[in-house]
Amino acid sequence: MDFSLVVAIELLREVAGLILIATGLAIIFGMMRVINIAHGEFMMLGGYTVVLTTKMGVNIWVAILILAPLAVGVFGIVVERLIIRHLYGRIIDSLLATWGLSLFLIGFVTVVFGNTVEGVSTPFSGFAIGQYSVAIYTFFLIFAAVAFMSSVYFTLRYTQAGLIARATMQNPDMVECLGVNSKIVYMTTFGIGAAFAGLAGGLLAPISGVVPGMGALLIGKAFITVVTGGAAVVAGTLSSAGILGTISQAVTFATGPVFGDATLLFVALILLRILPQGITGRIFTRSV
Amino acid sequence: MKREISRRSILKGAAAVGAAGSLPMIPFAAQAADEIIVGGLHDLSGFIDFAGIPMNQIMLMAIEEINAKGGLLGKKVKGVVYDPQTNMSLYSQYATQLALKDKAAVVMGGITSASRETIRPILHRYKTLYFYNTLYEGGVCDRNEISLGTTPAQTVEKLVPYTMGLWGKKVYTIAADYNYGQITAAWVKRYVEQNGGEVVSTDFFPLDVTNFGPTISKIQGAKPDMVMSVLVGTGHLGFYNQWAAAGMKNEIPIASTTFGAAGAELEILKPEVANGIITSYGYYPSIDSPANKAWVAQVNKRYPEKTPLLSELSAFTWEGMMIWADAVRTAGSLDRMKLIEVMESGKTYDMPSGQCAIDPLTHHAIRDVYIADLKDKTYIIKKKFSQVQPADTQMVCNLKETPNANKHYEISLE
Repeated sequence: MDFSLVVAIELLREVAGLILIATGLAIIFGMMRVINIAHGEFMMLGGYTVVLTTKMGVNIWVAILILAPLAVGVFGIVVERLIIRHLYGRIIDSLLATWGLSLFLIGFVTVVFGNTVEGVSTPFSGFAIGQYSVAIYTFFLIFAAVAFMSSVYFTLRYTQAGLIARATMQNPDMVECLGVNSKIVYMTTFGIGAAFAGLAGGLLAPISGVVPGMGALLIGKAFITVVTGGAAVVAGTLSSAGILGTISQAVTFATGPVFGDATLLFVALILLRILPQGITGRIFTRSV
Repeated sequence: MKREISRRSILKGAAAVGAAGSLPMIPFAAQAADEIIVGGLHDLSGFIDFAGIPMNQIMLMAIEEINAKGGLLGKKVKGVVYDPQTNMSLYSQYATQLALKDKAAVVMGGITSASRETIRPILHRYKTLYFYNTLYEGGVCDRNEISLGTTPAQTVEKLVPYTMGLWGKKVYTIAADYNYGQITAAWVKRYVEQNGGEVVSTDFFPLDVTNFGPTISKIQGAKPDMVMSVLVGTGHLGFYNQWAAAGMKNEIPIASTTFGAAGAELEILKPEVANGIITSYGYYPSIDSPANKAWVAQVNKRYPEKTPLLSELSAFTWEGMMIWADAVRTAGSLDRMKLIEVMESGKTYDMPSGQCAIDPLTHHAIRDVYIADLKDKTYIIKKKFSQVQPADTQMVCNLKETPNANKHYEISLE
């Protein structure tokens, strides 16, 4: 009984982990069709923001929840102005440019801060479920994933800004005719996507540790989640993270992490074979 | 004269800077006849530069030290350093260059087993003496190579009975999923069983795994007396953070043959996460001997800033240089075979790490091995074992019978 409860929590945690790393990318890639290979490095920058500011004495919650998304969001806007805005609609070019950006960021951070920097320890401790003990931080991550999804859903569905953003992604010319500056919409959307990546990096920093190359460990799963999910940010991320996370984590429990990761890829492969446009390309097509 | 700054001249300048930047560090200068070249191949950039940079610093310090004492055979020793950037094709390129173009008398370096197996056959072919100073899974059989690092049979054999005596007989092993992890996990199992214990489970993790939640739950369910960690790399550091976050730190103790091997774990993890992990290596900076204290002071004096992380890797790089220099002095020659014969003669060297000799049958070090407990980023040495044999490599390699061997055996315990 205790064990199945622990398994359930871990399944949720894996789903939450996928949602955290994929949300920013779902906005940038899913909505804006910009292949951002530097998404992993955006998360890395979020992690570094947390480590460096807590070292300077900033409260860890302020660092994770405010400074990390703020810093990376601003950085994202700068990147959009300097690089991305020239590359809208040119998917392969944006892929190359952001790959270059990703290599640059890894190199830059390594040169400035070195390959090793002391991390932050996880806030909260553990609590017991029978003979097992689970980190309270795990629940915090699950809660954060719920907050990610609901805030994006609420914004896109019920606010004017969300409506404008969705409309701009569908038809920027028409939106311009209606008096909206589509450039600002693109810039802001990219910045928000980057901010989500930074927040995710900050949230993961205490449990995974922070090194310049950490983005490479996260980017693959983020892309697989977004591609499998399809164009709709909330429904796509939720459904693919839910399916992939649950199945791969269940297999990890039954056999080990090698088969868990392999199963994640295998399931994504089958889903994309059946649903080439992603889950939301066929099902939930009217969702956001 | 008016200097024009055109787009072209800026581009030219940038190209020149780029070209200079991509050159190796101390290259050009044709070799003078009165210099002896020592080649250094350590990863100075890339994901294991935290290990390579200290090894390189210590190698250069050893060269300065040899020169300060008058050089060798009346000549100065000169270090030629390349940065293979954790890239195997650069490793093979620079190894060839060191052997053929620079005519290095000896090459120090290689960190991962992959890099060693890239350059070892090259240096063997071109008859250039090679020192590999990193701990590894054992099994290299090559008379041209001297392997100074510890192997699983040296450290695991001591660590397992010590920690079992401390904590109990039920062991849960978690290991990196490549040959070092697989082989070391097999040794853990063998020594645990020899000491009357039981390995309840062995889990392997690809190097990019960062989430250890399911494993931590499984370990809690298995209720072992201790966890033996053979995890490798920065991805796996997540385990220690998540272990502490789950409140397991004071529930089940951890022993490791990999934790802090090159020092990075000590830098990245907070003391409250890392304290109490018991490890076993051939060198710790806290070894309480006059030789080691003097050596640590020498390092601190040479590198008052950016002081290298002292670990088995950097300490044995210095030892490699000293053993080689001693062989040159004894042989009175740079002839490779003469040097090898001196080192095979069973000489015992007094080193910062203790006493060390080269096993003539395997060319691996017979050396002192230590067990230490970690407290606030300092190793507290609990036990010392003298003159431990590289028993694993001895199972597969006998250079007296096969002096031309040129092979890395995968030691199997099945």
